[in-house]
Amino acid sequence: MEKTFKITAQEGLHARPSAILVNAVGAFTSTMEIVHNDRAVNLKSIMSVMTLGVKTGDVVTIRVQGDDAEQALAKITEVLTQENVAIEA
Amino acid sequence: MNKLQGIGVSEGIVIAKTYLLVEPDLTVQKQAIEDGEAEKARLQQAIAQAKEELQHIHTETLAKLGEQEAAIFSAHLLVLQDPALEMEIHQKIAAGMNVEYALVEASDMFVQLFESMDDAYMQERAADIRDVSRRILAKLLQVELPNLAAINEEVIIVADDLTPSMTVQLNKQYVRGFVTNIGGRTSHSAILARTLEIPAVVGVTGATNAIASKQTIILDGNSGEVILNPTEEQMAQYEQLQQQLIEQQQALVKYKQLPSVDQDGYAVELAGNIGKPEDVQKVLDNGGDGIGLFRTEFLYMDRADYPTEEEQFEAYKAVLQQMGDKPTVVRTLDIGGDKELPYLQLPHELNPFLGYRAIRICLDNPNLFDVQLRALLRASVYGNLKVMFPMIATIEEFREAKQRLLDVKAQLIAEGIAVADYIEIGLMIEVPSAAVIADLFAKEADFLSIGTNDLIQYTFAADRMNEKVAYLYQPYHPAILRLVKTIIDAAHANDCWVGMCGEMAGDPIAIPILLAMGLDEFSMSATSIVSRRAQLAQLSKQQLQAHIPTLLPLQRLQKSSSTYVKHCYNSASNKLDEMLTCSVFFCMSTFRLAEMLNGTYDTSCFDIAS
Repeated sequence: MEKTFKITAQEGLHARPSAILVNAVGAFTSTMEIVHNDRAVNLKSIMSVMTLGVKTGDVVTIRVQGDDAEQALAKITEVLTQENVAIEA
Repeated sequence: MNKLQGIGVSEGIVIAKTYLLVEPDLTVQKQAIEDGEAEKARLQQAIAQAKEELQHIHTETLAKLGEQEAAIFSAHLLVLQDPALEMEIHQKIAAGMNVEYALVEASDMFVQLFESMDDAYMQERAADIRDVSRRILAKLLQVELPNLAAINEEVIIVADDLTPSMTVQLNKQYVRGFVTNIGGRTSHSAILARTLEIPAVVGVTGATNAIASKQTIILDGNSGEVILNPTEEQMAQYEQLQQQLIEQQQALVKYKQLPSVDQDGYAVELAGNIGKPEDVQKVLDNGGDGIGLFRTEFLYMDRADYPTEEEQFEAYKAVLQQMGDKPTVVRTLDIGGDKELPYLQLPHELNPFLGYRAIRICLDNPNLFDVQLRALLRASVYGNLKVMFPMIATIEEFREAKQRLLDVKAQLIAEGIAVADYIEIGLMIEVPSAAVIADLFAKEADFLSIGTNDLIQYTFAADRMNEKVAYLYQPYHPAILRLVKTIIDAAHANDCWVGMCGEMAGDPIAIPILLAMGLDEFSMSATSIVSRRAQLAQLSKQQLQAHIPTLLPLQRLQKSSSTYVKHCYNSASNKLDEMLTCSVFFCMSTFRLAEMLNGTYDTSCFDIAS
């Protein structure tokens, strides 16, 4: 399953917003990817997420596959919205 | 010789063991391996150990310094456990490479990836990856990395230089002094030492090679001497000196409570410079009449993101509340130059000191500027706030900045938020163009504050951090003295008060001259206030000002006479009375000083134009 978000964090996916995202998914067993401009990387890797160079206003897709995919995606949505990192696009 | 000579940048004498802050050798060789699983197991173990260490540092930093400073280490923890990094290393091990080399190659790949990104902030993150990688590597090689946070006994830190990120980790309770290979009076370690009130000697070439770890040394922050393996005689001598200094300090205590007046009762303001709300207490403890410079950029530094309006408001409120009615001059964001802000993503410049910095950035980024102005104005009801803008070069810049502040104020009032009725607005005079037209600024500002550190380097077109041109950093040069006088006269002619917040304002040699010229406010390190007030009490503005006309035509004050005066001053600097007399005499009659110290007129020391 997947969901699309628009990044609202002023600085884009810098260390703080990326850390929020990576920390949120650490406990889930599903595999997950974040896709930006046709590049897909492991969402659990902070370095990979940051090297996407996502800027504010950019749209990213998060793909999750696995047993706890649904819960993981719900958690991601909750955290991104609460911490003002992104909104559902 | 068991003596090293450097530049004493923070007063005091300390005798203690050294803590040598040098990087261990972390070079690794590429080796073929047979047992890949064993290498992977070593990696797991090293990561686990590094994780434990980082968690410890994170917890300590969080407890001692707060969430912002600790954030960097929680980011490091994520990098440490990054599955992409681990996968890269595993692949290299599977191809027959030893774990150490695999780690270096894998992290180098990420470092290059970050460095090639089109974003200054991301380029800087390469340093974080290097930092994490060397932490794992140290575990693999079983060598200790210097861990400043782990220091738990009194030490003198010996290092090449101290960076702001290193000092974040310092346990200030145990650090008794600094010795560094490089640096000058205005380098970060010097400023930090004065803030912490600990002795420091910088610019000791080769200190980290000459000094061993855990060696007892004597550090004299007045003379700039570092004594290795002191003899019993030297120990006794310095312990006595130390005692004298303590006694002098005690003799000065009474000046904490006294007003800042010269011997005729002429009053000035002796204020403190601060960088953080925590520094306020030191200004009050030292009897400061106010705060002449609150450097707000420290709120923005060592963090991953802009401080919010709320965070800034709390910081400004804390300072203003503690200061009460005492004047508190807050300088708006002065970033750029040597102070970088990674998340602002400024491009690298060839001449950062002449580039996009301070008010230039703020006027160009109204969102950034307005947040600070809102926070300041909201805090204004808690004390006696005065706002000043840095790096103003033209009247238009000042008008624009002032207008923004007034607009934000009007907006707050419209929102029903309380703001102080009248807030004095001023500017730093640190760009020569502004100094020359100080009269025009004085007509539109409530006050001027002379920032000598930048004014001197801009006037001489000489980078103050560049040792090769350090001879051009001449505070007592007639070019500077004339500029300062121009600014003070222009301000007074337009009912504007004038202060100074650079190094020069706390310099005992400069104080008599500045007093004579009519400077209203002297803002300095909090720890200097009491002794400068004692000095002031022995000076007479009225008598001194008669000598200003003699002083200004001097042709090469710095090159000859002022180095001479400085020499005399330094050699007398352990004796307070002589120290004060020196500076008094310097101004009362430049010739008489030579006479006093030599018993003759040594006119070759002075070049007189006429």
